[in-house]
Amino acid sequence: MRNTLAIAERELKSYFVSPVPYVVTGLFLVIAGVLFSGPFSRVSEATLRYWIGNVSVIWLIVLPAFTMRLLAEEARSGTIELLLTNPVRDFEVVLGKYLAALGSLLGILALTLYYPAVLFIFGSPDGGPILTSYVGIILQGAAFLAVGLWASSFTQNQIIAYFLSFAILLIMWLGDLVADAIGKPGSDAMRYLSVPSHFQDFSRGVIDTTHVIYFLSIVAAALFLAYLSLQTRRWGG
Amino acid sequence: MIDVQQLTKDYGPHRAISDVTFSVERGEVLGFLGPNGAGKTTTMRILTGYMPATSGTVTIAGFDIFKQSVEARQRVGYLPETVPLYPEMSVSGYLDFMAKLKGIPRRDRKSEIERVMRATGVVERAEQLIAKLSKGFRQRVGVAQALLGSPDVLVLDEPTIGLDPRQIIEVRNLIKSFGGEHTVILSTHILPEVSMTCSRVIIINDGRLVAVDTPENLTRRLRGAEAIQVEVRGPRAAVIKQLKQVPKVTGVTVASDGREGEVATYNVAGELGADVREALAAAVVNGGFGLLELHQAGMSLEDIFLRLTTEEASVATEGAAA
Repeated sequence: MRNTLAIAERELKSYFVSPVPYVVTGLFLVIAGVLFSGPFSRVSEATLRYWIGNVSVIWLIVLPAFTMRLLAEEARSGTIELLLTNPVRDFEVVLGKYLAALGSLLGILALTLYYPAVLFIFGSPDGGPILTSYVGIILQGAAFLAVGLWASSFTQNQIIAYFLSFAILLIMWLGDLVADAIGKPGSDAMRYLSVPSHFQDFSRGVIDTTHVIYFLSIVAAALFLAYLSLQTRRWGG
Repeated sequence: MIDVQQLTKDYGPHRAISDVTFSVERGEVLGFLGPNGAGKTTTMRILTGYMPATSGTVTIAGFDIFKQSVEARQRVGYLPETVPLYPEMSVSGYLDFMAKLKGIPRRDRKSEIERVMRATGVVERAEQLIAKLSKGFRQRVGVAQALLGSPDVLVLDEPTIGLDPRQIIEVRNLIKSFGGEHTVILSTHILPEVSMTCSRVIIINDGRLVAVDTPENLTRRLRGAEAIQVEVRGPRAAVIKQLKQVPKVTGVTVASDGREGEVATYNVAGELGADVREALAAAVVNGGFGLLELHQAGMSLEDIFLRLTTEEASVATEGAAA
């Protein structure tokens, strides 16, 4: 646990000295701002529902940028050799990296909290759906980050890691479409994997445990795969 | 302290190291010598638990590196070939992170970091970013992290690569000072490094151990003959003839032409254990030639190394031809 926290802390600090997170966060906030204010010219409803739905789409593009370097950069610079030869267990490395990514996610979301604040100041929105929307977007983000970490474990190249994780997430996002394209039994699995169907309830103010379990299973599975990938790296040399 | 038994590692069909067996006593500085691609880095990576061997065992202070990996790794400080640094961190920040990973208790951390920075001479760079450090200082920081927690075993993979001559001497002296307290394994393809720093040498070529001995013994064992260099003024053929007449001389060759036409240096090989220097001097003078210089020529490790690897290769070619 101590090792996990040490790795997470180092990783979080490194987010602050790299230009990438600043640029990505900045662009995200601009787009999120446009998406937030845009609908109010047509709709006069104090709700975050449309906005959070859009953020959930933008996560596809933004979050891989926060995970692409996690393991790829360690492999490129050779520091992975340091982590794997010190008295640190492989799963502690994976968990530490993941916690750091999760921390950056919460950081970005904290920067968006003034949107609901604006709603409460100028209107009287229903607090419940806003809360569940945030729960949903955090869960979805957590799942995406785990997938991104897994993608980052395959390569030394951050760009490849980015596109790999984007591709995996896109396939999961378009699960229904993919399901239509392939036959049973694969289609049932793809339909279950499809992200939007699991996210929608959260934005409507419902927390359904099946959806919570869905996102948490993705986190667990992707982290386990990242752990296996790290082990394979050892065997492959 | 370190016990390696029949270590073999395959990368797919390629066998990187084959049946490597050796052991290192506490406090020893062991040199791991071999040309590039001989299997040095592979061996070190297995020793440090970075990757498992295909077969064979490694025990470090009694702990199996595969089965009790974390316990064994706790006792090893490792400097990989590419020094693993985080450029965005300061030297002290980096060492603090490494100290945490090595499980050094919070209250000892500061003094321990102070100690290794002093030992490697990076104290005045403590707050500098690693990205801004010169290659020599990066190497020192790499060594510093390996020293954290005073591990029983230090594994240093090509620690002087890419340094300038002065830095190389400094790093070598540093390594030399580790002997006794730490057990050190040092890999290199630079020969003088081994004779300068190590108490024992392992020569590895094509993934196989070729020789294990002290640098002095290796020199003695492989010389096989006494070598003497003589610089003589006189007609070449006549000089060679005269030198060959000396008892116990087994061969004479011209080493290099001298400054003037008649002056040349000759390599004279004598039977093992026979001192032919006096007889040679007398022969030159009695023959009416001018004796300019005469000295015993030891064989440098460089020669041994060349010889070892070429001999191995010739055995292999003969085997293939048969």
